[in-house]
Amino acid sequence: MSEPTSALGGSSAEGFARVTEAGLHGMITLRGDLAAPAMARALKAATGCALPGQRAISAHGANLAAWMAPDELLLLLPYPEAAAICAKLETALAGEHALVANVSDARALFRITGAKADQVLAKLCPVDFAALPAAEIRRTRAAQVAAALWRSAPDEISLICFRSVARYMFDLLATSARPGSELAPA
Amino acid sequence: MLTLTCPYCGIAADETELAPGGQAHLKRFGPGSSDDEFEGYLFARKNPKGVHFERWRHAYGCGKWFLAARCTATLEVFGTYPAQVTEPPPEIIAAIKAKRPDWKGF
Repeated sequence: MSEPTSALGGSSAEGFARVTEAGLHGMITLRGDLAAPAMARALKAATGCALPGQRAISAHGANLAAWMAPDELLLLLPYPEAAAICAKLETALAGEHALVANVSDARALFRITGAKADQVLAKLCPVDFAALPAAEIRRTRAAQVAAALWRSAPDEISLICFRSVARYMFDLLATSARPGSELAPA
Repeated sequence: MLTLTCPYCGIAADETELAPGGQAHLKRFGPGSSDDEFEGYLFARKNPKGVHFERWRHAYGCGKWFLAARCTATLEVFGTYPAQVTEPPPEIIAAIKAKRPDWKGF
């Protein structure tokens, strides 16, 4: 059995904010009719999370359910649990028009921490960070690649991108966080 | 800069987050149609200076196609709406008529 490895092996860079590749995280893409009662039931039973509203994130312990599109959720959970929860969802949604896919190894997760974490991303994304609430997931682009980000803690932003562009994303964030390149003092 | 509000996820998306899809509300002519109809479907597009209806995809966001009514001369956006319609909804028409009283209609 091969050993699971995250995209950049947890590398980090220090600047006016700290950029870290967060290592292995379980991620499941769940697509289907979010309004169907079976979907909310299956989600609750498998992860404990309530069905999130538009652009919202609902949490239960370490599990997160994020609203990605009107017919798509992204579930974040500890890496070792992803396969089991995937199987649970598939059983619960048998017969429904739904898709469950374990995408844990197809994505990379970054954490940007520090009081000026917003500024690192404000340089890269067409997003008004002053108006981004805490429990909201924002899908956007960071420079040339797709990304999804949310405020995972005070002074911390988490960002998900495709694993194939993890190195590009890390270099982008690290460059954006370089000391002395802060935006005008707040 | 063009900012369109995606009707599916409610985000005021910058143009760079979107992918353009050309003119909206085309009627498809496929097998069984006349050559003229098919040629029109493939090639004939409006190119107005003023009110125009377009398809856009929230490519870097929720990934959904939606439709937008905007002015090609001023970049003013009259509204955006989901793509599951064959003609602009009444509230979009009303918004355009309020700002462009001499608009000839869709």
